[in-house]
Formats: sequence, structure tokens, C-alpha cells
Amino acid sequence: MAKQEFDGAQALIKTLDDLGIEYIFGYSGGAAIPIFDALETVKTKMKFILVRHEQGAVHMADGYARATGKPAVVLVTSGPGAGNTVTGLMTAQMDSVPMIVLCGQQVTWMLGKDAFQEADIFGITMPVVKHNFLVKVTNDIPKVAREAYHIATTGRPGPVLIDLPKDITQGPFSGNLDPEIDLPGYHPEQAFNIDPLAIDEAIQLIMQSRRPVILAGQGCMIARAGEELLHLAETLHCPVTSTLLGKGIFPETHDLSLGMLGMHGTAYANKAIVEADLILNVGSRFDDRIIGQADKFGASARIIHIDIDPAEMNKMIVPDVQIIGDAKASLKELNKRISRLESDEWLTHLGTYKKKYPLAYRKQGGLRMQQVIDELYNLTNGEAIVSTDVGQHQMWAAQFYRTNAPYKWLSSGGAGTMGFGFPAAIGAQFACPDSLVISISGDGGFQMTLFELATAALHKLPIKIVVLNNHYLGMVRQWQELFFENRESGVDLEGNPDFCKLAGAYGIESFNIKRPADVTRILEKALAYNDGPCLIHAECVKTDNVFPMIPAGAALEDMLTEPPKHKMAKPTGST
Amino acid sequence: MAKNTITTTDTPQTQDPTEVLHTLSVYVNNTAGVLMRICQVFARRGFNIDSLVVSQGRDARFSRMTIGIVGNPTGFVQIIKQVTKLIDVIHCFEHSAENSVVKEMLLVKFLAETATQRTDALQIVEHFGGKTVDLTPASMVAMITGDTPKVDAAISMLGQFDIIETVRTGKVVMARGEQPT
Repeated sequence: MAKQEFDGAQALIKTLDDLGIEYIFGYSGGAAIPIFDALETVKTKMKFILVRHEQGAVHMADGYARATGKPAVVLVTSGPGAGNTVTGLMTAQMDSVPMIVLCGQQVTWMLGKDAFQEADIFGITMPVVKHNFLVKVTNDIPKVAREAYHIATTGRPGPVLIDLPKDITQGPFSGNLDPEIDLPGYHPEQAFNIDPLAIDEAIQLIMQSRRPVILAGQGCMIARAGEELLHLAETLHCPVTSTLLGKGIFPETHDLSLGMLGMHGTAYANKAIVEADLILNVGSRFDDRIIGQADKFGASARIIHIDIDPAEMNKMIVPDVQIIGDAKASLKELNKRISRLESDEWLTHLGTYKKKYPLAYRKQGGLRMQQVIDELYNLTNGEAIVSTDVGQHQMWAAQFYRTNAPYKWLSSGGAGTMGFGFPAAIGAQFACPDSLVISISGDGGFQMTLFELATAALHKLPIKIVVLNNHYLGMVRQWQELFFENRESGVDLEGNPDFCKLAGAYGIESFNIKRPADVTRILEKALAYNDGPCLIHAECVKTDNVFPMIPAGAALEDMLTEPPKHKMAKPTGST
Repeated sequence: MAKNTITTTDTPQTQDPTEVLHTLSVYVNNTAGVLMRICQVFARRGFNIDSLVVSQGRDARFSRMTIGIVGNPTGFVQIIKQVTKLIDVIHCFEHSAENSVVKEMLLVKFLAETATQRTDALQIVEHFGGKTVDLTPASMVAMITGDTPKVDAAISMLGQFDIIETVRTGKVVMARGEQPT
């Protein structure tokens, strides 16, 4: 029994504090008032951050989790408040990011009666969360909160939502604050029992390989398997490519690194996959952005797939060996039995590709986004936490801001959520107050969540908010140019504000880059600025294109390394 | 009852040979929303649920679902894994006709207005091991249990009467021997 006289909301806040939650990002509202009140009446170590829109809160929790591996809590009200979390939930679910979202809700006897600000958020969010709860009994609250935390953070992580009717949160609590969780259908501990037969088979394939490639994904990141991965690659002398979300789990400046794979990955990574005789996938779900045409992917290679989620096996690619389990535990098993491969010839061969197809951009003919990112990389020694939005700038950032350490690259991969980057940077800066955090957005995505400038300013977060402005939704425009005979439709962002004045309106310092010659000098000034956030606006070339490019649904060997000279057929794959 | 109100949609259709009938037994937490979660997995991948039976388990904390689905076997293995992955699912097994007992129950209502008709009807019902559960001067309701071909055959035989409506429970399945379902 609780010693203090708690109501449900107080029991909830106490439980979250006991679970070690550090931050709650949220926005208040009628149905959530009892929970907000408990934040005042229960003494905790948790910090509450009032955002300006619920989507901002979810992306902040997401950025916090990607930078730390720990979940944060999002607290919103019912109806529209809860509804505004859906995009952020989907973003987190697609990229396996842990978080707990608490929604206030109408009183239980009004559910389903179209009461004020009532929405069936339990039903609405089911497909975009790892799990969700609708609490109907006040005394269940601590158990549900503990189960939510357990589900969010173990196995393949993901967002968990708890819907909390107001009568439940303000009802008297007489239960156990530290109950046992009860999840008979959930056994994440199994991920640490690696099938020795699968390891045997994998070792056989690995040790006879002459042209191996390791593909490192988000699963490697989540399992914190960087050390094991480095040992594996260096012992085998095996090159490593990563997915967008795997950036940094293997140092991108390492000799064995091939950089990012996929649609806008490096030419040498894609060519390595095409020519490899072994692909060792550690924790990537073979997303359509990296495999292109599935039946041609790794056609000449044997494929080993390590994944914690059995449902990822055979989903996109049928591997020769499946290792179902935690990436770190799996690599530890493999590492016991490996030795140097005869891969010198292969590495030399890939070296010629690196020389032949370097990532490059022109410094003439106007300011290019690549140059701003490249200079940021140089001036920060590649040590910043970089959060990106979605689109051309994201791909260029992935290419030119090489990531050498894990948990320093925050980007919405699976969902491709515009508006993610800036609030995620805020979450990361709260998580890592002493780190340099750079938010890189385009003018399109930045305007989707720029209202969080207030949150950044209020907390004097020293984020470098980079807005690369080409007055276009550039990635779509690129597609229209290449595949739709340059018919621009719905991509011209005429009417963009003066972003520097906008920053000023929030009391935020700003820097404006107009010419290639100014990039270094202005970035240096901006990086030296240390009185809260600053916005760096760069007026960029309007119609630049990202290369290399593999048209959606095409095979990796059909990669374009430069603008095509002939008319392109419409891509067979989606987006 | 007038003839023109009689509706039956139990006309057999030819099936796509690549589409196979699958019978799944899903053991789940007996909580609100669990059925919705499972249906979403099937709907998202474009599988249509053919039959569905849900009832409380012996242990009231759990429910048993028997789901009949027609679909391509390749995608189906993946679906089973995606269902298994749901937090509320304890297990999800596919059962073949060989290793399991599959039964369903039919209630069929038809017109039997004369003594001859009633006698004929009773004979058919008895042949299928069924019984009459409602009898009026004009109509009968028969209850017949068995596997799907048997129930289909019963409907076909009773088709000589004017069938007003049929209600089938959908299949329930139990693994043979000591295997869990």
C-alpha cells in the first residue's frame, strides 16, 4: 500500500521518477490537468519542458533517446493534443526509438460518446506504436507505466503510448507503487540466446569469403555493439558500410569504412554490395532505400542477416543464414571464431572505386549546401551531434558530415519525417548539455516545426540551427527534373520568411551566408557564439541535385553517379 | 415467408490456385483491443479474414482465436511472425488439416410447410448427425457440426428446401495428440 495519500496522477509521476526518467516534454490541456498538477505536488528529479506543439515534444523525446539510448516521456492532453503526436510516434516506431507518450483522456464514462476533446487515441495509434495501453483502473497505473517502460526499452525498442482518462488519474490510489510487471507474451530476454548452429553456419560462410562487406544498421547502434563491430571488421579485414541510421556505429573515417549505402549512398558502398561474395548484415532491416530492386540485391553474395526481430527475416531479402538476436551478443559469438580473411585484393579493388567515385561538389556557380555541411564538418572536427531534417540536405549531410562515433547522427530514416530535425536537436541538447549540437534543415522542413525556436531560446540551448535555403522542396523538385520532364509541381516555396529576422523575433542571434567565400568565416563566428541558440541561414543554389542516386526500385548497379544524359523512365519503386 | 426474401450467398466460387486456406490458432491476452491489433496486421498486408472465432480461455486471463485466412503461403509465414511479435500475443500457430481437428457449427433455417417436407428434412439432418433446434408449422432450424466439407454438404442437401438463412460459427481448431493448439 502507498504510504502517502496519492491520486492516480501522483502515482504515475512517482513511478516515472522511480524508473529514472529525466525529461518530460509536453503541452498541457484539460484532460491532462491532474497529471500536470502531480508534476507540482510530487517531488521528483524530472524536468518538464513546455513545448509549443505536441509534434515538437515527440521529436524532442526522439532526439533525446537517439542521443542517449534512454527513453524520455511525452505528456499531452486528449483529442488534438494526442492526435498531434501521431507523426512523431510513427517516426519513432519506424526507427525503433524508445519513448513513453502519456495522453490525458476524457472521463471513462464519456468514452465513445464524442465528448469534448475525446479521440480514440488508443485505436488511432495502434499501428504506429510498439504497444499502447488504455488505463481503466487507477491502481493499475504504476504497473502499466512499468510495463510501458519495459516494452519501450527492451528487445527492438519503440514508442509506447498510455491513454489516461481523467477520472482514472484523479481517482484515489490505493495500490502498489512497485508492482511486478506481467507480460506473458513478451520475452525480450530470448534475444541473448544466440543459436550456436546459426553461428556455425555464419562462420563457415564468413571464413570462405574473399569479397566480404559488413552492413551495419540501427540494430547495431541500439545494441551498442560498436566495439564488437570494430573488432570484427579489423580482425577480418572486412569493409563496412552503414545504413543512414547506422552512421557512426563504425567510424566513417576508418580505412575500412565505405560510408553510407543505398539510394544516395556512396558509389563505392553500392558497388561493393553488387560485387561482394558475402554480405554480413548486422541489425539492418534491408530497407527499400538500401536494397533497391530486391531480387537483384547481393545477387552474387551469400547473405547473413543478424536481427533481433524474427519478423524481419525473409521480409525483404531471404538470407542464407539467419541469426536472430541482439547484435552485440551475436557479434561476440562470431568474434570468438574469426581470423583475418584474404581480402587484400578486394580492399585494393574497392580503393580504386573510392578514388574513381569520390563524394564531390563544385565550389563555383553559387553556394551549395554540400559546402556548408563540409565546412561544418571540418570546423567541428566531425565531433558534433548532427540532427537533420528530411530531403536533399539530409542526404548531403549524410555524405559530407562523416560520423565517427555512435549516437551523434540523428535523422528520421524509415518515416522520412520533415520537421523532425530541429526539435530532435533540442531533445539531444537537453540530453547532452555539454555537446555541440547542430541542427541541419532545409527551408521546407524547418518551417514545419520552427515554433520550437521559442523552446530553444527560453532554455538558452546552444544549438547551431542551420537552415539551408534553396526556396524549394528540393528532393521532389529533383525527381520532377529527372523523371517528370522537369514539370515542377507543388515544390516552389515562394513566400519563405526572412529566417534571420524570424530568429530575431524570438530573440535568437542569426548569421547569414550568401557566398561560397563567406562560408568558413561566418561558420567560425557562429560556432564561437555561446549565448544560447543561433540560426545560420545559407542562401543556396536553387536547383542542385543529389548524386549518386539509385532511382527507387532500381538495382544497385543502375546507380547514377552524375546527371543522366538521356531521359529517365519513371521509377518503379515508391518515392 | 415469401420466396423473394430468401437470400443465400453460399454459392461456391472457383479459387485462385496460389491462394491457400490457412488456419491459425492465436492465444492472446484477454484484454480490450487485442482483436483490433491482430486484424490490423492482416489488413495492412492485404489479407482478408475468412472466419474468426474468439472465446475466453480456460484461464480467463487469456483468449483463444481461430482465424481462417485465404492467402499466398509465402507472405503468410511473415504474417505469423508479425502477429507473434504483438505484445498481447502469447503464441500463434498454423495448423494443417492433417495435424489438427477442425470443426464448425451450422445453424440453418429453411421452410418446411408440409408433413412430407418435415420428414424429408429430419432425415437429412439426422444423416449429418445434426438436430432440429427450432420447429414451427412453416419452418425449421437445424444445427449441424463437423468439418467444412460436411457442413457444405449439409447445406447443399438442404438446398432442396427454401433456405431462409444460414449462420456458421467459423472454424475452431485443436491440435491432435499432445501438441498444444
